[in-house]
Amino acid sequence: MAGVLVLEQALNGLQFGLMLFLLAAGLTLVFGVMDMINLAHGSLYMVGAFLAAWLVALTGSFVLGVVGAVALTGVFGMALEAGLLRTLYARDHLSQVLATFALILILNDGVKMIFGNDLPLSAPAALAGPVELLPGLQYPAYRLLILGVGLALALLLWLLVQKTRMGALVRAGASNREMATAMGTDIPRLFTVVFGIGAALCAVAGALLGPLLAVQVGMGENILILAFVVIVIGGIGSIRGALVGAILVGAIDTLGRTLLQHVLREFLPPQWASAAGPAIASIAVYVFMAIVLAIKPRGLFPARG
Amino acid sequence: MSMRLSRAAAVAALIAGPLAIASLPAEAADKVKVGFVSTLSGPSSALGIDIRDGFLLAVKLGGGKLGGLPAEVLVSDDQFKPDVAKQLFEKDIKRDKVDFMTGVVFSNIMLAALPEALDNKTIYISPNAAPSSMAGKDCSPLFFAVSWPNDAYHEAAGQYANTRDLKSVYLVAPNYQAGKDSLAGFKRMFKGQVVGENYTKLGQLDYAAELAEIRAAKPQAVYIFLPGGMGINFIKQYVGAGLGKDTVLLLPGFSADQDVIGPVGGAMAGLFNTAHWSPDFSNAANQKFVAEFEKEYKRVPTLYAAQGYDAALLIGAAVRDVKGKLDDQPAVLKALKAAKFDSVRGPFKFNSNNYPIQNYYVRTIGNDGKGGLINKSFNEPILKNHGDAYVQSCAMK
Repeated sequence: MAGVLVLEQALNGLQFGLMLFLLAAGLTLVFGVMDMINLAHGSLYMVGAFLAAWLVALTGSFVLGVVGAVALTGVFGMALEAGLLRTLYARDHLSQVLATFALILILNDGVKMIFGNDLPLSAPAALAGPVELLPGLQYPAYRLLILGVGLALALLLWLLVQKTRMGALVRAGASNREMATAMGTDIPRLFTVVFGIGAALCAVAGALLGPLLAVQVGMGENILILAFVVIVIGGIGSIRGALVGAILVGAIDTLGRTLLQHVLREFLPPQWASAAGPAIASIAVYVFMAIVLAIKPRGLFPARG
Repeated sequence: MSMRLSRAAAVAALIAGPLAIASLPAEAADKVKVGFVSTLSGPSSALGIDIRDGFLLAVKLGGGKLGGLPAEVLVSDDQFKPDVAKQLFEKDIKRDKVDFMTGVVFSNIMLAALPEALDNKTIYISPNAAPSSMAGKDCSPLFFAVSWPNDAYHEAAGQYANTRDLKSVYLVAPNYQAGKDSLAGFKRMFKGQVVGENYTKLGQLDYAAELAEIRAAKPQAVYIFLPGGMGINFIKQYVGAGLGKDTVLLLPGFSADQDVIGPVGGAMAGLFNTAHWSPDFSNAANQKFVAEFEKEYKRVPTLYAAQGYDAALLIGAAVRDVKGKLDDQPAVLKALKAAKFDSVRGPFKFNSNNYPIQNYYVRTIGNDGKGGLINKSFNEPILKNHGDAYVQSCAMK
């Protein structure tokens, strides 16, 4: 029984980690390649979720809705990059933070004006219930879908970055931007494409998490903080770091909320355990980040050597 | 010349004005000013918007008046931030000199802003937040809760679990004071065994880990205190995990109201919850309220809307009973305490601590006959003429 519980929690941790990875992948590339702090990254996650909810209701098909939302958010991200964010690259980080923070507020209210405060989005009926993975292990079918899509995209992204010409340019840009420009890379176009991919990945996370969580204005802000934690742990600019960091954060958060409390109950009086457990769980991720930074200040897999 | 004279007169009037007001006996005011501060934007805004809409509906149905005086309601948005609420209170009280303050949804925000009202001798009518501290040691003659004490729904749910003969319950709440108070309220009444208590992060969205724990603990029932979006997510994921088949999910009324039924959908059907009000109450005041609310806003009112509506009725009754003499604060407080209004919840009176004594009901979510879902109440209250557990620590008699 205990084994089944641990396995289920491991799946939960992995699923959460993979969704964080989709957010962190775009964030780490934008931060690493363009040296740009984009606080509005979480807003793209919100835009993706709202577009998905709207398109699913419009087309009546979950798959069509999600694919459409991902494509539209990608286009929206590219337009945002070319139209606005490009002018911020030369500025210092403070200007970027201020401008993209303003963008959060504008996008929140813009979405609210167009779609309202929240939109309903449900998992397809076929995936609404649980499936029995092992005797005694029921797991929600929809979470399995998220796991599958997350793993597939992680693999795809790895291939893209490691095996294609564009990936080589991205890696070159991340490790030394000036040198890459000097070698004749069309950096502006590369940035636009990278930003579009990042936005599309946000939309995948938003659209897939929408049925589990709520599609509502402001949904991007909380998860953005964790995405920043992930890229700081993983090393800024590194896709591999983002993947490892995301899965570590997902696992620590999930295990902290559950197994840690069982362990505490073994060693501490119950009232201490019930007080300490939730307190430790809510800071576990940040404590881990602090430890990583103390040992490896540039993160686990720094992009710049 | 005349200009200078009139200016001198104006200056004299300015100086003498406050003196004159202070020395005259209380006169009927020409209008009643209400400062309404609530959370009207952001993810948690649905509750504040409903309270506001209920409040303004009562004013509108009274022909723009409260208790016979033209009403001016200054509505502002605290943005879910305690410091913003505090500033808005200060502005309403010191600059606009309102007669009553009301509106705040969340206990933590209200407790931050409340001293602005109480220290300046301004009456606060709470349409929602009713924390245990204000019922007990910090009770104030200027503070009235026209809603329900924070732990009352949970006490009612604990009592309902007893009547259903549930032996084992698993409890979930966010890890903050109201979460702990709520579960304490449930445990105060519940006689069976609590097999697990889980305190989650405030604002947590994903409950997969907690649901796995619940499945392993195999309780007969689960009771949650997860206000707003947290409850919506929990219920959706609870159903998705297939826990609904063998485990009874009990909810406090606010996690099973129209604002939750909408996003969760059909999975809500058949769930039980506890509240002080239900849209199907047959008293005349409620029938009128529900019909007018649906007509005005094209949606079914939530219990928050009912609380906002009642807050306006309470103020109106007090203004009426003092014949508009709002400067006579002892008389206004006495009139408020008498609470001579027809509450949409039915019988209602204030305890010595200005907290309500009222009935609590079990509701179940069923078909509304139009393809949607709506709450229906059991006829017999689960708790009758119920007060709160903190009144002894309140010095007011």
